[in-house]
Amino acid sequence: MEFIETLLNGLSIGSTYAVIALGYTMVYGIAKMLNFAHGDVIMVGGYMIYLTMAGIGNPILGLAVAVLFCVVLGISIEKVAYKPLRGASPLAVLITAIGVSYLLQSTAQIIFGSAPKMVIVADLGNLTIGSLTVPYYMLITLGCSVVIMLTLSLFVKYTKTGRAMIAVSEDKGAAQLMGINVNAIITITFAIGSGLAAFAGFFMLMKSPSLSNTLGAMPGIKAFTAAVIGGIGSIPGAMVGGILMGIVEALSLTVPAIAPYTDAIEFLVLIVILLVRPSGILGKVRREKV
Amino acid sequence: MALLEVKDLQVYYGVIQALKGISFEVNEGEIVTLIGANGAGKTTTMQSIIGLIPTRGGSVIFDGHDITKTPCHKIVHLGMAQVPEGRRIFQELTVYENLLMGGFSQKDKSAVKEDIEKIYTRFPRLGERRNQIAGTLSGGEQQMLAMGRAMMSHPKLLLLDEPSMGLSPLLVDHVFEIIKDFRDDGTTVLLVEQNAGKSLAISDRAYVLELGEIVLSGTGAELAASDQVKKAYLGG
Ligand SMILES: Nc1ncnc2c1ncn2[C@@H]1O[C@H](COP(=O)(O)OP(=O)(O)O)[C@@H](O)[C@H]1O
Ligand SMILES: [Mg+2]
Repeated sequence: MEFIETLLNGLSIGSTYAVIALGYTMVYGIAKMLNFAHGDVIMVGGYMIYLTMAGIGNPILGLAVAVLFCVVLGISIEKVAYKPLRGASPLAVLITAIGVSYLLQSTAQIIFGSAPKMVIVADLGNLTIGSLTVPYYMLITLGCSVVIMLTLSLFVKYTKTGRAMIAVSEDKGAAQLMGINVNAIITITFAIGSGLAAFAGFFMLMKSPSLSNTLGAMPGIKAFTAAVIGGIGSIPGAMVGGILMGIVEALSLTVPAIAPYTDAIEFLVLIVILLVRPSGILGKVRREKV
Repeated sequence: MALLEVKDLQVYYGVIQALKGISFEVNEGEIVTLIGANGAGKTTTMQSIIGLIPTRGGSVIFDGHDITKTPCHKIVHLGMAQVPEGRRIFQELTVYENLLMGGFSQKDKSAVKEDIEKIYTRFPRLGERRNQIAGTLSGGEQQMLAMGRAMMSHPKLLLLDEPSMGLSPLLVDHVFEIIKDFRDDGTTVLLVEQNAGKSLAISDRAYVLELGEIVLSGTGAELAASDQVKKAYLGG
């Protein structure tokens, strides 16, 4: 029973990572940039949930406000900070993204102070079946993530916009030759990624109610690691990588001797996987263009 | 009035000038060929016309619109399509999905489906392999797919950048047959080729591009007969 509980915990942590990793991997695939500020969008979503909860007290409304705000924020970040750098060196873009990350963190600190806020999203309790005890938040996280991943996979495969996203990620120029507006696709990608970040913020606050301006920092890095493990640019890769990270984390936390080193162990997984498969589990080995 | 009118087109890569002010035109219903050696600026010409590379001077008029500064995707919606050098089909998508992408600019979904069926009739190999991942097709099949994909948008003007590159002699003949078919069905064609003999034979008119400048022009037959062209491009 304990093992099943650990596994479910791992799946719920992992699906949160996967939801975040999707944002990294889609933006990377389509805009060919590492959006270092992605984790901080989670934090902004967290504060939106906090504000709505404090005002109206409805968590679902809080999630809706957070998603909307983060979508607008993500689109604005892209327009203001990244779009002018289209075609600039990747290093310039990376440094700008790090700058945006600090800007978001500092702004949150100025507005909300540095003491953590407590955000009790909802007191959900546990589901008990025989000797199995599972907190409801885990099941909600898992359920929502599965729906998100399925919807996204279907969207990418079966809608015109989704296919345009694949086309842009594979060959920007050829996509333009099909009549695809690459800038519009990049905007949509940032919107989706940032909306998903808000969901991740919601999952994290359900799990642990403490909210500060660095809420998104560590999960952001871990989800990025998950995206790389799965193969950066690959949507199924982000899902697989996220789940794998979550399960490793949950397992490692149950062994007292290694629990303190859990973060290190997760990054070790990254190193080992990249040694074996440099392009990640589902990443494609890039054909060099002639 | 010409369907495509290129005037004094200048393109730079950094400080290097790749096109030194070239002018030419393509009339409706024609096949016009640009021949030139490797590095002459043929691909640069094709990509700057369709808005993939920014121009530094000159103008491009297409079907009455000044498209010099128009972004590529809008030019495609105006009725221009290109089979780019190296084909650049979407390797991870299926044959069917590649053709769907070709119809991206079309509004009517069922018309796109019908167009795809027509492409399958035209290129039975593509029909047989409709659900195959395009990256696994042979070079010849990929060329058929790239041409079919470009035709999905019903272009008034089709730009073909070295469609015979890397193909066996038999397939090269097939490609030139298809180009003639396209023209006969009412598509105007601007063709870029290193294979000067075969392309001049099907061209109404042609231009010779050397180091970013047009050095010669005439009908396909005139150029095929010219000593200068024979010496430089026809191996005689
Ligand atoms: N992306 C690029 N950056 C710099 N120079 C380029 C680039 N693409 C082409 N060139 C240069 O521009 C010239 C014309 O190239 P291109 O148009 O590809 O010729 P062609 O298609 O006739 O072989 C060549 O000298 C080539 O080296
Ligand atoms: Mg070329």
